Amino acid sequence: MAAVHDDHGQAHGHDHGHDDHGHHGPPSGFMRWATTTNHKDIGTMYLWFSFAMFLSGGVMALMIRAELFQPGMQLLEPEFFNQLTTMHGLVMVFGAIMPAFVGFANWQVPLMIGAPDMAFARMNNWSFWLLPPAALLLMSSFLVPGGAAAGGWTFYPPLSVQMGMGMDMMIFAVHILGASSIMGSINIITTILNMRAPGMSLMKMPLFVWTWLITAYLLVLVMPVLAGTVTMLLTDRHFGTSFFNAAGGGDPIMFQHIFWFFGHPEVYIMILPAFGIVSEIIPTFARKPLFGYSSMVYATASIAILSCIVWAHHMFTVGMPATAQLFFMYATMLIAIPTGVKVFNWTATMWRGSMTFETPMLFAIGFIFLFTIGGFSGVICAIVPIDVQVQETYYVIAHFHYVLVSGALFSIFGGTYYWLPKWTGHMYDESLGKLHFWMSFFFFNVTFFVQHFLGLAGMPRRVPDYALQFADFNMISSIGAFGFGLSQLIFLFVIIKCIRGGEKAPAKPWEGSTTLEWDLPAPLPYHSWTTPPVVK
Amino acid sequence: MNVARANTLVLKKLLIFSVVMFGFGFALVPFYEKICEVAGVNNLLQADTLTEPVKVDTSRWLTVELDANTVGLPWQFKPMQSSVRIHPGELIQVMYEVRNTSDREVVGQAIPSYSPQLLARHLKKLECFCFSKQVLKPYEVRQMPVQFMIGPDIPSDVSVMTISYTFFELNNDTADTDIKAKQI
Repeated sequence: MAAVHDDHGQAHGHDHGHDDHGHHGPPSGFMRWATTTNHKDIGTMYLWFSFAMFLSGGVMALMIRAELFQPGMQLLEPEFFNQLTTMHGLVMVFGAIMPAFVGFANWQVPLMIGAPDMAFARMNNWSFWLLPPAALLLMSSFLVPGGAAAGGWTFYPPLSVQMGMGMDMMIFAVHILGASSIMGSINIITTILNMRAPGMSLMKMPLFVWTWLITAYLLVLVMPVLAGTVTMLLTDRHFGTSFFNAAGGGDPIMFQHIFWFFGHPEVYIMILPAFGIVSEIIPTFARKPLFGYSSMVYATASIAILSCIVWAHHMFTVGMPATAQLFFMYATMLIAIPTGVKVFNWTATMWRGSMTFETPMLFAIGFIFLFTIGGFSGVICAIVPIDVQVQETYYVIAHFHYVLVSGALFSIFGGTYYWLPKWTGHMYDESLGKLHFWMSFFFFNVTFFVQHFLGLAGMPRRVPDYALQFADFNMISSIGAFGFGLSQLIFLFVIIKCIRGGEKAPAKPWEGSTTLEWDLPAPLPYHSWTTPPVVK
Repeated sequence: MNVARANTLVLKKLLIFSVVMFGFGFALVPFYEKICEVAGVNNLLQADTLTEPVKVDTSRWLTVELDANTVGLPWQFKPMQSSVRIHPGELIQVMYEVRNTSDREVVGQAIPSYSPQLLARHLKKLECFCFSKQVLKPYEVRQMPVQFMIGPDIPSDVSVMTISYTFFELNNDTADTDIKAKQI
């Protein structure tokens, strides 16, 4: 990590020039990054951290796909395979996607609302530096006796009560990551509520800021519940309680209810900021204001509220009363309405716009296209009789990778390309960016589209071997996975190239952009908006 | 510094909210148990009663397989017969035998499990050793009855079902009262 940061530090060397005339300059080397309270530095660290975790989780995914390339047991021990599927999920959710969005919030929220920095700059530094120890705990749990947690990323008891110390390390890591998320969210909410530029009312905020405000509220709502859940698990494991232990009068099903009370809002925590990023990119490259701004805000809020009352659709098969199944089924299907409003608004924004297709726009359109497929398969999974068929199969895997990879991750890619000229002061390599998009788009579909067929045919998830009739689709999927993984090296290359140099970016590289950050000079000064802009 | 003070106020409110939500996670435990009680699921320790006579449906045969397991206690536990054939609506009694193979007194609690799941809705148990804890002296052998009836309204496509019991060790008496308390 330090090497990566130092690398980036050099690229940011030009910042020093700007600071010399300011009140203080950042210290150099590692200490700059360890002690920084600057929202831009912290945003950068969040993004690099999440990229490192993305690559680690990606390597785990590739090991899984390598084993599944052919039927039979080839490369991995089944126990290790289970650890990989579990850790892939945890690392991607808590290490890659969530910190990436917090990185975007750190960079963009103060810039877009005209604030000089985050509300609690020192706490901001703490929330970031909690992440590396948590990541270290997760990663090093592979090396302890019994290996890493292996009961699935949802760590259902009784498996999670019985497992070795890898599970304790995971529980502790989740505690730390949760604390980091809560601190980050409090910071973001306070910044947005109290530090907007004069004249910027809530309904004038850029949509990215709106989606993050709502996401941050969801985070303070459910992350403490997750902390409570893992605490119960810990006391069940070591302190003789029986929250989830049937023998002591507890109930393992109750774990699923409490976990998914956190887990379903968590799904929207990972997609609402993506909606925000796409809602910034589409109007810019369609050169039209966002269609239906206020309906976008209300749709985001509706999705957030609905997300809190649908959790049991993850557990239709545990044996719940039909009335409960019906309630959770209809509530889940209801979410398709505000989501549909959003997709309609994005499409309507593009309608008769003067569109150009730079890399951010490609990723945004790819997002709309593929996320909607994931949304539809979500509605299909919400229907109880179908869910009973596809529960724990690759259909579910295909569904949530369509919303999390081509949804959340594509928006992260798009947002990175969109704001990279502003962040670094250089234009990125457009043709390599487009290559990255088309490779990602193609190999993503090769990897995951066929998994729908596997799931419908009954291939169970989290199993290292499969019946012979699944062989062809699995081979295609594995080839796609390796293609997708290698495509991400293009992304890394484009970013490093852009940080190190390249064509100088103008203050406003995209002519259709309207939000406040584009009024700032490029490259950005180390401190921005020290005098707040006035919004009319 | 008005902004700083306003920020601290929001920080405090949100911190309190987070702590409340942490507590809410734990509050979900009694809430869940209340819901289960109201909905009538998970009533593991209460005997059913038959309020009105049930007509025996002699046109159908049901096979009930009996299963027994132990987890972490030195007991041998088995049904006296591996399966019974009954009519829907017919009251029947089966026996289980449990043997303490150790030289210490062991307290155990049996937890039932049914397959298919919908059997739980149609199964009426009038008497069961699983309604209370079992205390076995060193090397004691005990035969214990289960008296049950399967309602005639059980769907016609179900003809084979399994009733399974698993004995868990109770370390002390409080664990048992814990279970009892949750049923009140």
